Amino acid sequence: MVGIITYGVYIPRYRIKVEEIAKVWGANAADISGGLGVFEKSVPDLDEDAATIAVEAARNALLRRKINPEDIGAVYVGSESHPYAVKPTACTVGEAIGATPNMTAADYEFACKAGTAAIQTCMGLVKSEMITYGLAIGSDVSQGAPSDALEYTAAAGGAAFLIGRDDPIATIHRTCSFTTDTPDFWRREGEDYPRHGGRFTGEPGYFKHVEGASNLLFRQTGKSPKDFTYAVFHQPNAKFPQKVAKNLGFTADQIQPGLVVPRLGNTYSGASPIGLAATLDIAKPGDTIFVCSFGSGAGSDAFDIEVTDAILDGKFRRDAAPSVEQLLKNPIYLDYARYAVHKGKIVMQL
Amino acid sequence: MRDVAVIGVGCTTFGEKWSSGFRELFVEAGALALEDAQLSGEKIDAMYIGNMSAGRFIEQEHIGALIADYAGLATHHIPSTRVEAACASGGLAFRQAVIAVASGMEDIVVAAGVEKMTDVEPGASTDTLTGAADREWEGFVGATFPGLYAMIATDYMHRYPLTREQLAQVAVKNHYNGARNPIAQYQQEITIETVLKSTMVAEPLRLFDCSPITDGAAAVIVAPLERAREFTDTPIKVLASAQASDTITLHDRRDISTLDATVAAGKKAFRLAKLTHKDIDMVEVHDCFTIAEICAIEDLGFCRKGEAGKFTADGETALNGKIPVNTSGGLKACGHPVGATGIKQVYEIVQQLRNEAGKRQIDNAKIGMTHNVGGTGATVAVHILGRV
Amino acid sequence: MIGTKCETCHRHFFPPRTFCPDCRRNGRIVDHKFAGSGTIVTYTVIYTANEQFEAFTPYALAIVKLDEGPRMTAQIVCNPDEVKIGMRVKSVFRRIATDGESGIIHYGTKFVPVE
Repeated sequence: MVGIITYGVYIPRYRIKVEEIAKVWGANAADISGGLGVFEKSVPDLDEDAATIAVEAARNALLRRKINPEDIGAVYVGSESHPYAVKPTACTVGEAIGATPNMTAADYEFACKAGTAAIQTCMGLVKSEMITYGLAIGSDVSQGAPSDALEYTAAAGGAAFLIGRDDPIATIHRTCSFTTDTPDFWRREGEDYPRHGGRFTGEPGYFKHVEGASNLLFRQTGKSPKDFTYAVFHQPNAKFPQKVAKNLGFTADQIQPGLVVPRLGNTYSGASPIGLAATLDIAKPGDTIFVCSFGSGAGSDAFDIEVTDAILDGKFRRDAAPSVEQLLKNPIYLDYARYAVHKGKIVMQL
Repeated sequence: MRDVAVIGVGCTTFGEKWSSGFRELFVEAGALALEDAQLSGEKIDAMYIGNMSAGRFIEQEHIGALIADYAGLATHHIPSTRVEAACASGGLAFRQAVIAVASGMEDIVVAAGVEKMTDVEPGASTDTLTGAADREWEGFVGATFPGLYAMIATDYMHRYPLTREQLAQVAVKNHYNGARNPIAQYQQEITIETVLKSTMVAEPLRLFDCSPITDGAAAVIVAPLERAREFTDTPIKVLASAQASDTITLHDRRDISTLDATVAAGKKAFRLAKLTHKDIDMVEVHDCFTIAEICAIEDLGFCRKGEAGKFTADGETALNGKIPVNTSGGLKACGHPVGATGIKQVYEIVQQLRNEAGKRQIDNAKIGMTHNVGGTGATVAVHILGRV
Repeated sequence: MIGTKCETCHRHFFPPRTFCPDCRRNGRIVDHKFAGSGTIVTYTVIYTANEQFEAFTPYALAIVKLDEGPRMTAQIVCNPDEVKIGMRVKSVFRRIATDGESGIIHYGTKFVPVE
């Protein structure tokens, strides 16, 4: 049975509040927070990037379960902020966790769903017995142009999932995807910040694809929202996942543990993965989790997941690495000037 | 093994010498030394030149040959060798010259030091100096050279009773001496307040705890003692030459606040010269940072570990103190053209022993000592010189 | 953090050494994965840094004694005012420096205080 063997999360300690950003651009913080349902977002330290976040998330996953890293046969990292345009983040991660050299690796890009795409690939390699374990990571430091709506939510963080066959803590019964060519949000090569189609990112973007993949999964599994204990949706803000949950027939309680965006912001490729991790942090054996990511461009990956006894049985120690709640604690708040330095928004003379 | 003597010395002024290039600096110092020894250039048998980093500062290597050429000696085809040990390059060049003469292999040998540091941007010069430490395991992770000595200071001040004011006094004393030294980069006296108010560089070291970026050159000529009087009425005998090494990184040292290489070289020098501390009339130590002088006077044995702060504050290392330290003004006030410093130290002691030190003169100076350090203490050279 | 260990005298090395300074040719050197925890032995706060690190000043730099024995030099990620001799720290994976905008990115080890 293919599933999640262990998982880990990393969130940088720095934060900036929506009201601090709003102040700079003369916007109304209450309106923005009210509209987006986001109050603050995480900010990377000066020496953090998508690679360091991916490594810490991977290391946290390996702290929870005794795995020989040399048995990891594949590493895939999904991000919109890979440090290099050419030279995979996955290689750095593989080296840093001791999985090299007998492994395959590559980097993924599919906007905010690059991490879940990596999970799907690992499932295939594991199920076909081509590898024993595959490591799938969604990690981002996310870009949002100054004064653009995205600046209020683009956050930093990542989650890593080790996929395997042997004694998973959660079985992934099925996955499916819904993909079209839709230019709702994009970034051209060499550009600093992404651009988007405003309201076009809603219905033709997020909702069409999340509902498309979710309904496809319901048809394929014969299941419906009431069959799931929890649900995790991609969370560019709090409103979209709340609305799509309602549209599909999920309750507010079902999505609550996985809805971290109000305090974290949108970690792009890390968003659904971190939402799933937050849910696994509190899940019990037998709980079922419905996950549906969304990546602009566009597509959604849906998953039917069931938590097993192994999550509590001792071989997997949830407390050996920080939970999402623990990582959200003790934030260090920045003002906009320091935030701009951290995010490289100030042009330095080199 | 023959006895060796210094028969001539020369030194340029030290400072930001915008009109002097690398070659001009050496030629100036060399000419002064030859003049002092009443020697003409073709009598030179060999040269040893201390230089840390011409490759990074002026993109020039092959210094031995370059210097021999510009000294007008290319056609004499003498052996000319560059010696490098970071900030101890000069001290080692002197030692190599002494060994060449003592062994009988050469007779008249020039030991010189030269560094031209101001032709690069400030950021580039501090980065080059980081090469004196371990680039891979110290520089690469974010250590700067002042940062490493600052860590020595933090450790020292955690374990021993050294106050910030006592540490500053080292700089104050050296500036006082430098103001009386015509070659020194800084001619002004300073106060403890000057030091304590200067910009923080690496806690606890401030700008005035640190020696500056400097251009300069110095040259001395050594010969067998038995021939010295052919050239000078005031030969100065080399009573001991000692050199020691230690781990390149600060983190690998046995004790962070003790330069074991100083201890080893110092003990060996005293043993070779058959002398003790009370025989030494003045000592030039390597004060690249104020804390370095504190450690040096203890590690050479002039006072006990932990007591150098009080020793300095009590004036024991001043010109009129028990053991004058850095009568030249040290690296702090003279400046620190890296490769030249070790030779400048010999220059100062020779001037003192010949009674030519002007306003810095120590009465009845008979025996002096030099102490030159590379990096944070990975190389140390100690020499003892005496009036004949 | 992969360093080395001399199986002859049990001394650990980080940074790694391929030649034991105590046993020299009699030493048997093997790889050793360090736990990453240690204690601060001494430190400074750097205000004037080399070019590659200027954007990070002021930052804390320390000598950390790893629990297995060897000492190493590394930056400490925390408010520089909070660094103390004797502080317990653990290793983290961070971006150390880059060779300019288009050059290689260097990753490495820094330390954070253990709460």
